[in-house]
Amino acid sequence: MPRASWALITAGFRRYATYRQATFAGTFTNIVFGFLRCYIMLSVAASAGGLLRGYDSAQLVTYVWLGQGMLAVVNMWVPLDIAERVRTGDVVTDLFRPINPLWTYLWTDIGRAGFAMLTRFTVPIAAGLVFFEMHLPRNPLTYALVVLSIVAAAVVGFGGRYLIGLTAFWLLDTRGAVAAWGMLSTVGSGLYFPLTVLPEWLRVVLWVGTPFPSLLQATADIAVGRGDPLLILAGQVFWAVVLLALCGAVQRRATRKLVVQGG
Amino acid sequence: MIIEATGLRKDFTVRRKVGRFRREKHVVSAVDGVDLAIGRGEILGYIGPNGAGKSTTLKMLTGVLTPSAGRARVCGLEPVAQRVTLARRIGVVFGQRSQLWWDLPLAESFSLLRHIYKVPAADHAARLKRCTALLGLDEFAQTPVRQLSLGQRMRGELTAALLHGPEVLFLDEPTIGLDVLSKQAVREFLAEVHAAGEATIVLTTHDLADIEKLCRRLVVIDHGRVVHDGSLDELHARYGSRREIVADLDAAWPGLTLPGAQVTAVENDGRRVRLALDGATAGEVVAALAQAVPLRDLSVQEPEIEDVIARLYRRD
Repeated sequence: MPRASWALITAGFRRYATYRQATFAGTFTNIVFGFLRCYIMLSVAASAGGLLRGYDSAQLVTYVWLGQGMLAVVNMWVPLDIAERVRTGDVVTDLFRPINPLWTYLWTDIGRAGFAMLTRFTVPIAAGLVFFEMHLPRNPLTYALVVLSIVAAAVVGFGGRYLIGLTAFWLLDTRGAVAAWGMLSTVGSGLYFPLTVLPEWLRVVLWVGTPFPSLLQATADIAVGRGDPLLILAGQVFWAVVLLALCGAVQRRATRKLVVQGG
Repeated sequence: MIIEATGLRKDFTVRRKVGRFRREKHVVSAVDGVDLAIGRGEILGYIGPNGAGKSTTLKMLTGVLTPSAGRARVCGLEPVAQRVTLARRIGVVFGQRSQLWWDLPLAESFSLLRHIYKVPAADHAARLKRCTALLGLDEFAQTPVRQLSLGQRMRGELTAALLHGPEVLFLDEPTIGLDVLSKQAVREFLAEVHAAGEATIVLTTHDLADIEKLCRRLVVIDHGRVVHDGSLDELHARYGSRREIVADLDAAWPGLTLPGAQVTAVENDGRRVRLALDGATAGEVVAALAQAVPLRDLSVQEPEIEDVIARLYRRD
């Protein structure tokens, strides 16, 4: 990996590591909601005779806590700085540098995701392990695939948010686009409920036609042993590549029509 | 020439409301055919009123904005097509924007820039050492950028723009909002960088003291067009701005006519007279004045650059 990429990843990590109280508050909130979601899911499963569309209790617990942990890693509804920098005109300084802003933002966000893994991911997972009975994969390879799947999910999350941020070149105010992405990604990723509860046609549409399941459901399915893990991971990598390519194309178009706001 | 521009033009499309639902397109030329030729090692003042097209020119020369027409070459490169290559050879400071990382200490921004610009460690260390000494960065190098004062941040911005050893330094209002001491520090630093022959400097500013202290050549732009390209003295000559003698007298001004000078004002009940030098030297006029009237006090005032520029902007 080139040194500049590594330096940007480290910088992203350090940037977010400075906000310790925010990290603590965010982790605490994730844990509280983890408990609530766990109780709801387990009640639904119990009333359905112990299985929720094929998920047993331990699998549901893993699905919930993995989701709570990954929430801050994929940063689903938190927009990237780029939209604000386009709005204020500060994006001009990103373009003065001898590096494509797409990579600057990607590596910085990977650094941020790394910090979130160490804090916002591990603590809720530990809470799940301590207070509930989780499904733990027996094959060590599955753990490696879960880690790779989380990295792919972080890149997919970045791609989506960067694309939304780039709409600022046309819209200036991206709040609508951010809200739409937030709503679609939380439902479509399986954050609120496992996608298996949806009708089959809708599941097919989501998995085949959108990147949303790659944000969360894909990793959960690999972890609880549903579906072919390599195929799921390949799907995530496919969406990561597609989104990054789309970001690159949109950015090229945006910078050609660039109007720097405010002199 | 390290910077060349021929017929450089940038049009923006603006939509204006003309009815309840109708909007009309208007094309506004922010830069309207600018020609520039700047030699290596020059320090050039690029000034103009707000909205004249200064920043837009700079953005085209740095490859950020695509010109609507015309041609530009900087360091022998085409700015837009070769933006990334050019970025390694130029430094840019936009006074109202920051290129530093808000949440990180200044020193970490510098180290990050070293990797981004792929600067050898020894070169980076030497340049940083020099900037630290000249700009007194030591006191706040470990402070996060968000906690720096404007003056401290600007010193950081200038350092950040120079660490990769750029051939051209584009500065857009680097002294905006700074206090007297910080302005002085920035000017002295730029004078030092120029004296060392390290970079060609293009400076846009509204603070004409920056121009007086730093720039031998001045390009004035208004409504997207170059209206003056030459030295400050040439500008004064062109707009007829003259040095002035202000004489305080012991008696009332008798209404004399002095060769080579013109009375521009009589104030203070006739005890103060202002004479604009119009061909004669200050010495000649003072000697003639001393013979004619009893003098109490005397001063020679240089023409105010602000007045000349204001007249130029108003197209007097």
